Amino acid sequence: MPTPALRPACAALAAAVSLALALTACGGTTKKSVADDDAGAHASHAKADPHAPTKKGLTVAFLPKQVNNPYFTVADKGGEQALKQLGSSYKEVGPNSATDTSGQVSYVNTLTQQQVDGIAVSAQDPGALCTALKQAMKNGIKVVTYDSDTNTGCRDVFVSQAGAEALGRSQVQLLGRQLGYKGEIAILSAAQTATNQNTWIGFMKDELKKPRYKDMKLVTTAYGNDDAQQSFQQTQGLLQEHPRLAGIISPTTVGIKAAAQYLSGSKYKGKVRLTGLGTPDDMRRYVKNGTVDAFELWDPAKLGALAAHASVALSSGQITGRRGETFEAGSLGTFTLGDKGVIDLGAPTVFDRDNIDRYRF
Amino acid sequence: MTDSALVRAVRWDTVVGALLLVLLLLSFAFVDGFGNALNLSFLIGSTLPVALIALPMTLLVVSGEIDLSVASTAGLSGAVMGALWNAGMAIETIIPLCLLLGVVCGLVNGLLVTRLGLPSLAVTIGTMAAYRGIAQIVLGSDAVTDFPGRYLDFAAGRIGGSFVPYALPPFLVLLAVAVLVLHATPFGRSLFAIGANEEAARFAGIRVKRHKLWLFTATGLLASATGIFWALHYASARYDNATGLELSVVAAVLLGGISFDGGRGTLGGAVAGVFLLGALQNVMSLLNVSAQSQIVVTGILLVASVLGPRLARRIAAARTARAVRAATALPHAS
Repeated sequence: MPTPALRPACAALAAAVSLALALTACGGTTKKSVADDDAGAHASHAKADPHAPTKKGLTVAFLPKQVNNPYFTVADKGGEQALKQLGSSYKEVGPNSATDTSGQVSYVNTLTQQQVDGIAVSAQDPGALCTALKQAMKNGIKVVTYDSDTNTGCRDVFVSQAGAEALGRSQVQLLGRQLGYKGEIAILSAAQTATNQNTWIGFMKDELKKPRYKDMKLVTTAYGNDDAQQSFQQTQGLLQEHPRLAGIISPTTVGIKAAAQYLSGSKYKGKVRLTGLGTPDDMRRYVKNGTVDAFELWDPAKLGALAAHASVALSSGQITGRRGETFEAGSLGTFTLGDKGVIDLGAPTVFDRDNIDRYRF
Repeated sequence: MTDSALVRAVRWDTVVGALLLVLLLLSFAFVDGFGNALNLSFLIGSTLPVALIALPMTLLVVSGEIDLSVASTAGLSGAVMGALWNAGMAIETIIPLCLLLGVVCGLVNGLLVTRLGLPSLAVTIGTMAAYRGIAQIVLGSDAVTDFPGRYLDFAAGRIGGSFVPYALPPFLVLLAVAVLVLHATPFGRSLFAIGANEEAARFAGIRVKRHKLWLFTATGLLASATGIFWALHYASARYDNATGLELSVVAAVLLGGISFDGGRGTLGGAVAGVFLLGALQNVMSLLNVSAQSQIVVTGILLVASVLGPRLARRIAAARTARAVRAATALPHAS
């Protein structure tokens, strides 16, 4: 079968295979042999002075996962407003696609060249931005991550939308109240590998162990991969397989919207309760038409504002990124840094028929 | 006579090279933050993946073929690299295996084109989707970021405080090899012949199919090298790495004056095109031009680069025709 044209190619192939196998035998650098060199690599030796005056005239750049994404537009607007009040200036840059990691890296590089004072970034990927962000920090730029963190060593602080524990437990509490703490429930998540989803689900399961929930039973977890169509089909499947299902928790904005869309067009509308994490704009019609009683999410505008305050506090030397340091964030109140420089925004906001019209995002 | 000599001297690839030089000089003089070593290393580092794939792509396009699956091959190599790393295999083994995978991807393209006689555009649009799909099956939505520091530093670092990324010297070696192959060997010259007229080349005794198979295989190999570099450069192996890179490569090669009808172009032009687009992007970012406007500028530049050489050739042809007409008309007038 090997034609003359194929023979040299086959020879090259064979050579490469044997080379690879020879190298395997010699061992080499494996995942196990590499210690996590990022953990705690960023040890700041500067001392925080909580009474240092707040600097003015700084430039803080917001770098969201994706520009023109409604969620980040609201978050960054919150940052812009806070910076204006603090007497500093704001700019926003970012890629058009939420998976363009190389785009995000080149924006960090550009901001480093432009010598901004602070970068507030929502990382598409925990590792990809590291080299670029470390370079930025070496050039004196303060780096705050918001919404989505990088590896700990690659930023000064992380402004977290809400503690994973609070988010996980509160969704179960929300559904428990709606169901009178009785009945079968299911979870509709995003991807099976999504770290944040799985952390929340872990806390949900832990919350369900409390005696109050003894009559509530989690029957299954389905995965819609943050795809509207797949989530829609998964909802349909859940209801067919579990005819006695009383409630669904979907801790993803895509999932809860798709589930609400299915429920509102089916005989389960108003009978099967749905809650989880969603945006008011997505969920408004389902709250108004009675499909959904209440769901929750953090307020992205506050998230952006807190990131702005944290950035200015870092530049002013009020905080350096270590556990226990505190700073004032205007009308948002006083915040204390937790483990690994994490700042929690606080409890999520619950949206229902009474308050949903006050939020536009 | 002097007209056509001038037209021949002002070839499109020299025009692109001159444009690149002008852009660099202007940026050094007028753009804040452009001229320092750090920024230049950023510029080169982010342009290298496009440049690397542009080398075999130029040879392919000169011979009248194209490979649109390169970015997917790069993504697949990155994904396999991440999966094997997670499985605990040594990186020194993973890298040759991934290169081998690239060779296989290229061979598949090459065999489909040469054995089944399918058009490469159709074949590689198909494998573009297939390779990307396999990448997603292999790694899912996982992102592998914990590669060994030495390798990450090689892919993202620069030599001392200079503007030269560690990865530049190996690229220059590959570039020299590609230039020699295309412009100084019988193999390279036969590629021009194949691109200009495949039938004639075959009758002239050139082994068209074998040449093309080699080209596709080399393209696969360099695409997977790019995928490995990409994953290390951005410290992130994901199935969607390098999405859309094939378009950047095709755009840069087109801008460099490589004719998509085959048979015409130089590697110098292609590399000038790659770096012209890269530098333009860098400068526009520094000047706060939005991403959307950058795309528009790049698009206009590409249309101009297709129109430019054709227009020049048509004007030259029209002038010669007029000169001939004038020459033949004169005796009648007198």
